[in-house]
Amino acid sequence: MTVAKKIVLRFPRRMIDRPIVYLLVKDYGLEFNILKASVTPEAEGLMVMELKGDRKQYDKGIQFLLKTGVQIEALSREVTRNEARCTSCGACVTICPAGAFVLEPQSRKIQFLGEKCIACGLCIKACPPRAMEVHF
Amino acid sequence: MNRTIEEINEKIRSGKAVVANAEEVIGIVREKGLSRAAREIDVVTTGTFAPMCSSSAYFNIGHSRPRIKLGGGRAYLNDVPAYTGFAAVDLLIGANALPDDDPRNRVHPGEFNYGGGHVIEELVAGKDIRLVATAYGTDCYPRKRLETWLNIKDLNEAVLFDMRNSYQNYNVAVNTSDKVIYTYMGMLKPRLGNANYCSAGQLSPLLNDPYYKTIGIGTRIFLGGGTGFVAWQGTQHNPAVPRTAGGVPKGGAGTLAVIGDLKQMDARWLVGTSMLGYGCTLTVGLGVPIPILSEEILQYTAVSDADILAPIVDYSGPYPQRQPETMGEVSYAELKSGRIKVAGKEVPTASLSSYPRALEIANILKEWIQSGRFLLTQPVAPLPGVESGIVFKPLQERPIEG
Repeated sequence: MTVAKKIVLRFPRRMIDRPIVYLLVKDYGLEFNILKASVTPEAEGLMVMELKGDRKQYDKGIQFLLKTGVQIEALSREVTRNEARCTSCGACVTICPAGAFVLEPQSRKIQFLGEKCIACGLCIKACPPRAMEVHF
Repeated sequence: MNRTIEEINEKIRSGKAVVANAEEVIGIVREKGLSRAAREIDVVTTGTFAPMCSSSAYFNIGHSRPRIKLGGGRAYLNDVPAYTGFAAVDLLIGANALPDDDPRNRVHPGEFNYGGGHVIEELVAGKDIRLVATAYGTDCYPRKRLETWLNIKDLNEAVLFDMRNSYQNYNVAVNTSDKVIYTYMGMLKPRLGNANYCSAGQLSPLLNDPYYKTIGIGTRIFLGGGTGFVAWQGTQHNPAVPRTAGGVPKGGAGTLAVIGDLKQMDARWLVGTSMLGYGCTLTVGLGVPIPILSEEILQYTAVSDADILAPIVDYSGPYPQRQPETMGEVSYAELKSGRIKVAGKEVPTASLSSYPRALEIANILKEWIQSGRFLLTQPVAPLPGVESGIVFKPLQERPIEG
């Protein structure tokens, strides 16, 4: 069985020069697609990627990452919508580069599809009632 | 078929009024024909829920002991400056007001997380608001400093006053430049990356009564979850604009000034709003009932998104430079399809006005009328119409010399 998940990796300072992602490919046969990568001024690395492969190999790969000291978070937990503040205006629809906001044609309500979200954060400040929240 | 507001109110009182919202009425007229539908329907309800920047709240905080005269002094509500140019303890806060230490656009685009609109929302929600005021002191009002919590339930009067809202139609905003711009119409992506619009279209109050034949000064309305009234025409009211054959203005035209008791209102319908790189405002829910006095009035309320055209305006140059050119016209039906064509390019669209909330307002108003708790009012004076000769003047600057 194949799984594909979007995850956020945080590399501590001492690790940013190690070829960790390469080992996911070489040793576990996983496919990756980097959605965002940056090194903070404190020299901590942050990478958002989609990781895909056989379920067992995927789990082993995640175990390997954890052992190396990389912190892992599931992406769908990163950005959430405060339903009480969302007014379904729709300002987010064209801002999101991943198409995570979808207008339901009948009700004209805005759906937030967490699985499409790449946690870029563009919607956080572009949302007029500030209904989008980022959680780290 | 003609009926009067008094006849409609009689039916409302006896629980027999037939009410449709401005979306439903389109199908009813199409199905039953105008004259049959006009015989059946007494009232059509409209609604809109969008940022309305000229909103304000004013209130009387009661006299302190010893007394203080805030007039001519300074007052802050949760660090947001309030206007003090009135008598001793009357204050007004505008939706766009910002704390003195807000960085604004010093780092562009500014975030504008908290301003006057948010103070109004919190006040309505029943939260305590921190007042810090200084005054110069007089013999009759000796106190010079006041710091206290305020709560809406303790205020003598708390009133929402909005000098311009419910714009009858509006621009569709685009950006033809090479960089992102941040406007009151939202974030506009470069090279026609998106097109933002802001109207409830077929549900919008003044688009359902394009010649102001029923909506006038004194019309009772849904305002912020309570009831309010049309106080006057809004600022920039501009009825004499080009219109479609059906009478619908092809761009921004009429506006309303409205007023209502803030104590009756609900924070669900008054939402503090932040426009990235632009400022703070208040998103306001408003709904107006339209009495079906004649077939002609019903015909106006049957307007649909396909009949309403809006001008496409480039906010990267022509808008800020106040140049008149537009990039064409587009209907709300096209805008709501999610894509429009601008200068040969497919452009995704987004709305700043919430249609689901506008519909909810129209339905609440419908329920209020059906249940007999909301009666219609006869306007005491009409809004200035097309024939009024009103011209929306730009500023003619006159340099001040020596």
